[in-house]
Amino acid sequence: MVPLWMYLVVAAALFSLGTFGVLARRNGVAVLLSVELMLNAVNINLVAFWRYSAPTEIGGFAFAAFVFVIAAAEAAVGLAIIISIYRSRHSVIPEEADTLKG
Amino acid sequence: MLELNFVTVAFFVFSLITLGGGWGVVTNKNLFRGTIWLMVSLFGVAGLFLTLSAPFLAAVQILVYIGAIAILFTFAVMLTRSLTNLRERYYRTWVNVLGAGALFLLLVLGVIAPVWIANPDRALPVSDQVVRTVDFGVALASGEGFVLPFEVASLLLTAAMIGAIVIARDADEA
Repeated sequence: MVPLWMYLVVAAALFSLGTFGVLARRNGVAVLLSVELMLNAVNINLVAFWRYSAPTEIGGFAFAAFVFVIAAAEAAVGLAIIISIYRSRHSVIPEEADTLKG
Repeated sequence: MLELNFVTVAFFVFSLITLGGGWGVVTNKNLFRGTIWLMVSLFGVAGLFLTLSAPFLAAVQILVYIGAIAILFTFAVMLTRSLTNLRERYYRTWVNVLGAGALFLLLVLGVIAPVWIANPDRALPVSDQVVRTVDFGVALASGEGFVLPFEVASLLLTAAMIGAIVIARDADEA
């Protein structure tokens, strides 16, 4: 198998791409797309560490499986919020949703 | 030296698909295409799970991510369609490029290089034995395993589903 650090480098690159998307994109849906990239980078790391460090333990495997659940919940609620903001303000730009700003 | 076998080639191919798809997601102006690129990237991640001998997680990745979450994104893109082609794509592009690049270099040079590249004994799996999917299924249902997290996760999914319906529904229809 390829050495562990190669998986870590791929995951770090994907995470950095996602970070750039979250910080830079102007569209709220695009920000959530980038969050999905970051979640996937973390999941690659979790599965790689499980496979290389403790492949006979069930814990790391289960941890990665539960991340899927969290990601599904996050996507559903996040997109619902964006659609709701779009309804009331006709905009999906996060910076314009500033009602709570002091 | 890296031996050139099927798994190695598969790792590089799927890494390329993953990172290429991710690049498409963050750079594509058309959000619908961005969602398609997200599917490509998620498919690459599923392939990486296969090379890590986790076929169950690869199947879940395709079913849950590509089958459900990416479709959800497609719907959201279509429901907010009139504003998907903004003239300016990015805020402060170069600052963020530098920031993300610095983060990548920090992760690779600061964490991965000293801890994992410098220690060749951590580069290979400690065992060729892997937990079977059936063991995972038993652990999800047994009292000594993950039955509590499993139930909490199902509660969380139900709450998220109800919450999504409540938040996204028109206030006038209530």
